[in-house]
Amino acid sequence: MYEIVIASGKGGTGKTSLTRAFAELAGPAVLVDCDVDAANLHLITKHRVIEEHDFYGGKRASINMERCVVCGICVDNCRFDAIKMIPDMKYSFGERVEVDPLACEGCGLCARLCQLDAVDFHEVKNGQWYLSETELGPFLHARLGTAESNSGRLVTLLRNRSREIAESKGLDMILIDGPPGIGCPTIATLTNASYLLIVTEPSLSAIHDMERLADLAAHFGIGTGICLNKFDINEKMGLQVERFAASRNIPILGRIPYDNAFTTAQLQGTSYMQVGSHAGIGIIKNIWQEVRMNAVSGGSGLKRRFAI
Amino acid sequence: MNSRGVHIAVASGKGGTGKTTIATNLAAVMSREGLGVIYADCDVEEPNGHLFLPPESERKDEVSVMIPHVLEEKCDFCGICAEVCQFNALAVLGSKVMLFPSLCHGCGACMVLCPKHAIHEAARPIGFIRSGRFKGLSVMGGSLNVGEAQAPPMTKVLKKRLPGELTVIIDSPPGTSCPVVEAVRDADYVVLVTEPTPFGLNDLELAVNMLRSLRRSFGVIINRSDIGDARVSEYCRNEGLHVLMELPFDRKIAEAYSEGKLIIDADNSYREKLRSLMQAIYTEIGHV
Repeated sequence: MYEIVIASGKGGTGKTSLTRAFAELAGPAVLVDCDVDAANLHLITKHRVIEEHDFYGGKRASINMERCVVCGICVDNCRFDAIKMIPDMKYSFGERVEVDPLACEGCGLCARLCQLDAVDFHEVKNGQWYLSETELGPFLHARLGTAESNSGRLVTLLRNRSREIAESKGLDMILIDGPPGIGCPTIATLTNASYLLIVTEPSLSAIHDMERLADLAAHFGIGTGICLNKFDINEKMGLQVERFAASRNIPILGRIPYDNAFTTAQLQGTSYMQVGSHAGIGIIKNIWQEVRMNAVSGGSGLKRRFAI
Repeated sequence: MNSRGVHIAVASGKGGTGKTTIATNLAAVMSREGLGVIYADCDVEEPNGHLFLPPESERKDEVSVMIPHVLEEKCDFCGICAEVCQFNALAVLGSKVMLFPSLCHGCGACMVLCPKHAIHEAARPIGFIRSGRFKGLSVMGGSLNVGEAQAPPMTKVLKKRLPGELTVIIDSPPGTSCPVVEAVRDADYVVLVTEPTPFGLNDLELAVNMLRSLRRSFGVIINRSDIGDARVSEYCRNEGLHVLMELPFDRKIAEAYSEGKLIIDADNSYREKLRSLMQAIYTEIGHV
């Protein structure tokens, strides 16, 4: 089974548009949107939600003031400064104890230390995830709750589900739209990846972000290729992308010119493959062929790593 | 309560809408107006501000978090530490305690609850904070080491190290989850940068919900305001959101950005626009 991840480090380089285009070329595959805190793939993929589930990713403390005697042991031991004593004449101690739900990381130390069982340590719903049907194959997506944490766990859940679904439907390809950044959701996205396509653009920021993502992929030994999007915005910076790719032995699988049709497709809720230029569509088809070949062969990055 | 300076955060749900462009140029304009300003890059996974505001004689200070260190001579492998860890950062297998440092949140539960007092703490580096000056403007930023999963501890340290009294422009990471919450949760004002596309609108709505639940005041900048449709403007109007500025797509700006140049230096009209933005934000804060 091949898990192909489309990611970029930097946001806004074209990950989701490309994932959507590839989904049309891949034949039936499982689609996964791992950008769980700002998911977009569902906006350009006609889908029908067939399963909806709550996601419980962690726990959180709250204080039961009927039992609390404001001893302060929880306040003193909380490393996240999440528990505060607040003057409040409604209570016999003249103070109440309160947990800031945003600061609480759910470690449970306060609940273990409280002698009076006054800390309620409970599971929290962090979001929802969905299984949808599309013409392109099963589609897993999610919505992390507002200002929530545990995005890495939600990504892991989606990925695990995607493998089960692929197995049960006899599909051998999982196509993943990755999150921006290089932190926990990205690490969780890359954990089992067969191949990573980095979508970048010719700007100093995008190059800098790509380097960090390429380092992360190398750290995990994942074969990597680059797609240079909007290459004609700045050809001088494009050369820097080429130099970086050469210095790391990462192949550039294709160069896509700046094209308003990517925005047009988004506005119409469809794929670039439906509205793009003949030339652009051809370029994307070629990139997909390269991605598929590299993923199946284990990825050139991986081979080189072991050859060194 | 405290005498800290005004904190203005620049955020967005969607990545690549122009957060760093707005944050760096706003900080530079304010500094040139003679205000004491710090630019603080809180996008610690992918920090880019220093590319636009390259600090002279940059200083890098290592940032560490505390992780457990098990003294095996005191340990009787009872397994309580692994049982209490909510993050699966510890496992006890036979007579071996295994630690998975990148999963540790540094809560101290294992240390506090170990009956044999066999756990101490040791510092583990997770990245660095850069600081320096660019043409009189203070530039600071966190940078997480590649492979580190948790951004919030780095952001917390960076914010603690900000000098108190100056105005701070906070460059936030994209999204709406914990790294963003850490960056914007105590900001006096938040500028949300979006673009007039379905992705921009969807992610703007998520960001607006986040800021409302954090009870922050905020305004919106519509970048590349002419590339899409009117749905973002309509949404802002219906929700009563203040649109602080609209910037049409300009290839000259895209080129300046791509080379790491400030747009206020690429074209004088942008200097005026950013100055108006600064005034609009100050008016808003005055109203808060």
